[in-house]
Amino acid sequence: MDASVQHEQATIPNGDKLSSVMQTIAEHKGCGTSGGSGKASCGSGAGENDLPPEIWEKVKNHPCYSEEAHHHYARMHVAVAPACNIQCNYCNRKYDCANESRPGVVSEKLSPEQAAKKVLAVASTIPQMTVLGIAGPGDPLANPEKTFKTFELIARTAPDIKLCLSTNGLALPDHVDTIAGFNVDHVTITINMVDPEIGAKIYPWVFWKHKRYTGVEAAKLLTDRQLQGLEMLTERGILCKVNSVMIPGVNDKHLVEVNKAVKSRGAFLHNIMPLISSPEHGTVFGLTGQRGPTAQELKALQDECEGEMNMMRHCRQCRADAVGLLGEDRSAEFTTDKIMAMEVNYDIDSRKAYQEAVESERVAKVVARQEELASLAGQSSDIKLLVAVATKGSGLINEHFGHAKEFQVYELSTAGAKFVGHRRVDLYCQGGYGDEDSLETVIRAINDCHAVFVAKIGGCPKSDLQAAGIEPVDQFAHEFIEKSAIAWFKSYLDKVNSGEIQHVVRGDAEIRQGALTSAA
Amino acid sequence: MTLKIIASQCTSCSACEPECPNVAISEKNGTFVIDPKKCTECIGHFDEPQCAAVCPVDNTCVIDNSFPRYQPPA
Repeated sequence: MDASVQHEQATIPNGDKLSSVMQTIAEHKGCGTSGGSGKASCGSGAGENDLPPEIWEKVKNHPCYSEEAHHHYARMHVAVAPACNIQCNYCNRKYDCANESRPGVVSEKLSPEQAAKKVLAVASTIPQMTVLGIAGPGDPLANPEKTFKTFELIARTAPDIKLCLSTNGLALPDHVDTIAGFNVDHVTITINMVDPEIGAKIYPWVFWKHKRYTGVEAAKLLTDRQLQGLEMLTERGILCKVNSVMIPGVNDKHLVEVNKAVKSRGAFLHNIMPLISSPEHGTVFGLTGQRGPTAQELKALQDECEGEMNMMRHCRQCRADAVGLLGEDRSAEFTTDKIMAMEVNYDIDSRKAYQEAVESERVAKVVARQEELASLAGQSSDIKLLVAVATKGSGLINEHFGHAKEFQVYELSTAGAKFVGHRRVDLYCQGGYGDEDSLETVIRAINDCHAVFVAKIGGCPKSDLQAAGIEPVDQFAHEFIEKSAIAWFKSYLDKVNSGEIQHVVRGDAEIRQGALTSAA
Repeated sequence: MTLKIIASQCTSCSACEPECPNVAISEKNGTFVIDPKKCTECIGHFDEPQCAAVCPVDNTCVIDNSFPRYQPPA
């Protein structure tokens, strides 16, 4: 379908008040419900069809706000904000912060001036880098001078780069106007609860107005400020994503309530992430043995909330100094020493030309998927299954099985192919952790999948995968993911219908612990 | 007495620096230090020492017993 036609279909009457636009966004339930119904996925190319044009314009090249964009566009974080104003039981400032950032592990703190230089260096090297975020390693709004100085410098030197920030929300109401003043149009708030009794189990304390608050009082203060901040952002037309950490037995069931609370206040996207918890992180939850969710538990909760609003499933829980496409980390290429030695030639026109090429690639991808989907029309089956895909980006099956650091997971049904998550496996080729067999690690991570799509795979892992009941598929090498997955699913259905194979339900899979770090 | 920062535990997060009402905290060799001549334990300013209240690592901003108790001016 012609992208420009799609654009025209989704118009908002002129003169509509902003609040009604935000209401439209809040009521939008498109993400992931793609396929036969004609309802589009916010993550897929058809998201354009489903969102008001000005909203699509804001998210279409933001990898953290659009699943579809994250295959094509890169982001970077600059670690200019080390201080924090709250304590979370899943975070240990002394060593690392497993979910939002890793303070002990960010290679180096940056001054706003160093950060601005780094942004220019990265933007010149990676033309698809479209977004600059400040996500810590503490809280950006607990370091307002450094955060806003960084925004000011970048807005001046690289005006085409989108600015965004991620906050715990405690200080948010005090800074909303400044945020709006810098044209920051994406803000992420981490909201893990709206019930202070539950909050007291997640947050030992918050520091507010020169006083440390603890227990229920602290959590009450935090939730009030978070929701107030969210409302203030919505009123100003700033897109807001809510991150929630799923902590089984603590807030897992409660996150449905959180989902409703943030949806009603105009949040655009909800990102439910698995708790990362392991004793070696030294976090309270790591030390008390609090487990994270399994892949099935996470997906079930995301599916439950999906009827209510857009769900993000492509979050990689990256570091506060990450650089590159989600799922890759090129931060080691851009250390302060290297940046200072780099000759930076910031050419806004060549960036634009590159991004236009990316756009035409996206259109081709959408067309290919639509065509393949049309061939599924008329098929009816209750079968729903998952497949894993090895990809380096661009929406293509273009990674060797043994080189994949992660697999993207798609759910296939007669409604089409829907992105539902990803599984980290790190580098199987370079060995796993300790003594464990690295291929075993991969199989555990994608154990709920019926097939794995790769550009290439060796004979040995191929037979091991088959023995584990996962079909290795390499005949779609370097083709579009969704188109290929739908084609494979069609032949799978044919085989089931003809009695050649029997459809069996797969088991659960493991979510790899430990925050994403750069490749060894 | 004044407060001191246990250097081996300091994460250099800088949260304490702007909270100090006496501008007694600065960064030295990668961690933060409190100038004992300037520290007043926040007496006369706040109910609790601000550096200890905001510090993310327990028992890192602590009373330094090697100095005499701070005496607020009469």
